Amino acid sequence: MAVGESWGRYPRVKQSVYSLAWRNEVSLPEDQLLLPYGMGRSYGDSCLNDGERILLTSGLNKFIEFDGETGVVHCEAGVTLEMLLDFGLPRGWFLPVTPGTKYVSVGGAIANDVHGKNHHCAGTFGCHVRSFELLRSNGERLICSPEENTEMFSATIGGMGLTGLILWVELQLKPVEGPMIDLQSIQFGSLDEFFQLSSESDQDFEYTVSWIDCIASGASLGRGIFMRGNHSKVKGPLKQNSLLKRIATVPFDAPGFLLNRHTMGAFNTVYYHKQRQKKVSSTVHYDPFFYPLDAVHHWNRIYGRKGFLQFQCVVPKDSDNEAMKAVFDQVVRSGSASFLAVMKEFGNVASPGMMSFPREGITLCLDFPLQGDETLRLMKRLDDMVFDFDGAMYPAKDATMAPEHFRSYYPQWEEFSQYVDPRFSSSFWRRVMKETD
Amino acid sequence: MKKVVLFGATSAIAHEAARCFARRGAELLLVARNGEKLSVLQKDLETLGAAKVQTHVCDLVDIKDHESLLKTCGELLPEYDAILLAYGTLGDQGESEKDFSVAEQEFRTNFLSAASLVSRVANMFEARGSGQIAVITSVAGDRGRKSNYIYGTAKGALSIFLQGLRNRLSSTGVHVLTIKPGFVDTPMTAHIEKGPLFASAQAVGEGIYRAMERKKDVVYLPWFWRFIMLIIKAIPEPLFKRMSI
Repeated sequence: MAVGESWGRYPRVKQSVYSLAWRNEVSLPEDQLLLPYGMGRSYGDSCLNDGERILLTSGLNKFIEFDGETGVVHCEAGVTLEMLLDFGLPRGWFLPVTPGTKYVSVGGAIANDVHGKNHHCAGTFGCHVRSFELLRSNGERLICSPEENTEMFSATIGGMGLTGLILWVELQLKPVEGPMIDLQSIQFGSLDEFFQLSSESDQDFEYTVSWIDCIASGASLGRGIFMRGNHSKVKGPLKQNSLLKRIATVPFDAPGFLLNRHTMGAFNTVYYHKQRQKKVSSTVHYDPFFYPLDAVHHWNRIYGRKGFLQFQCVVPKDSDNEAMKAVFDQVVRSGSASFLAVMKEFGNVASPGMMSFPREGITLCLDFPLQGDETLRLMKRLDDMVFDFDGAMYPAKDATMAPEHFRSYYPQWEEFSQYVDPRFSSSFWRRVMKETD
Repeated sequence: MKKVVLFGATSAIAHEAARCFARRGAELLLVARNGEKLSVLQKDLETLGAAKVQTHVCDLVDIKDHESLLKTCGELLPEYDAILLAYGTLGDQGESEKDFSVAEQEFRTNFLSAASLVSRVANMFEARGSGQIAVITSVAGDRGRKSNYIYGTAKGALSIFLQGLRNRLSSTGVHVLTIKPGFVDTPMTAHIEKGPLFASAQAVGEGIYRAMERKKDVVYLPWFWRFIMLIIKAIPEPLFKRMSI
């Protein structure tokens, strides 16, 4: 067995590995419980299978067909979003929904029903999946779509890889004029200003997201930069080929002291003041707009050997947004948040996924460098608050949520578990299915 | 547009190189043993933009079939202007030591059959006065080591064969490229634990495409293997023979 870790590098597990390469001759090993593993960009333990086996899907990376009229692409589950962008853009097609990294597989995007900056108008990734083929451990191959094997279709979208192995996918791409984005960046000084900006922007802007300072307190509490954009008609290069992009890699683990509240506070202050005016309009390439962190390979190493915990919750929107304010306040008071904090308002577009995370409300997402039990206690406090506010936590980014909370965030789990393949499992699934008193 | 024949097309490295040609609208002929895998690749390469993709099922090891194989290739893709030879077996060093017939089979697959195919294509290209011959050998052929010297012998012999051929054809307009990959993460090495020196098949495939475009003679992929092998080749034999690397 080999050591395995997710993008957050916590927890570390021992698991066996099995590589897949040809969709026509996939045979599943029978000795251990299985879990498909794409690019390993989930943060916690949902892409790990401690003591059991993962199925590497990176070899399942072939295209099958593309319809240039309708923009439907048919490809294997290990094809990455980066490959789809490289393929689609020269032909005038873009991803219908994209998360904050392009280094994820299509299968992984379905298994976590990922969302992006256009959730308020486009819904989740799963909303754009036309069909896929699912291989079950009993050898059955099921074509799943909104018309065929509908329950399995719904259970697999957001199903965390537990319903079987996705072999191929048919995905609807969206037409665009080019690779550029018309962007407006607006400074805001408080959470109330953020909520105000968010509700007035959702109508006219396809993409909205905010960076928010989780360290500044006092008069600067809740400051941040609101970014809103639309696909541009301006022509631009298909690829951004900067030298920096090719060489920027974090080559080894950073020493633990590098990130502390002083360095992170300084970073946040500089970032907030990088624009002089309150509102700046520009036309930018899609790559830095959607994937700012992809420019630095292995950025997860800056947190050092111990790794980090990512926290992403959604809480319902109400008139005063008390819930998000309380969660945010707790994060700021902990003093241990990092500089990668993102806030966004989810819309009400329903996903076909049974276990999808996104739901109407406000979502907050950030990293906490792992500093022992103190960080774990903070995660528990936040989990308790999200639970009390009837919110939910995101399995793809979780390593700590309480089993009973999971079952309350996802009350449909019992129905879902009927569709879980008896020979598939994950560290996450075993953790949240553990009986508690 | 370029017309390329790929022998051992189902290897992960050959597939990635083929994708580079496909994106630029090349015509491709894929030759390998497994017809179903070839169909999977055919769809992929057509989708990516190849002008035309054909397949031919054939076991390349058998030298006596090579003449008819090349005749078929010429009929399927007339006037093809490049070949990429990408098949090989890593073999079991231990078995080859115990039983020479296993080693002999390794030599047949990795050296003799490759030399036979290349010879015939070289003569054809020489008569025409143009063409490109790209062959995947290995860094393992640069120095014999106890962990894989059977494989290394075959690949080393192939590298020397290509060196001589390049010398012979240097004034004819026929280009001969020797490709020496280091550790590559492919189904061939699926059983080996991956270290930091492992490169992706995609990176190596793209490197092959670039080396063919730039008409290089010998290319190490990724590039740093040239320096690793320089050091390994420089170690004095009295010392080297006692090392385990």
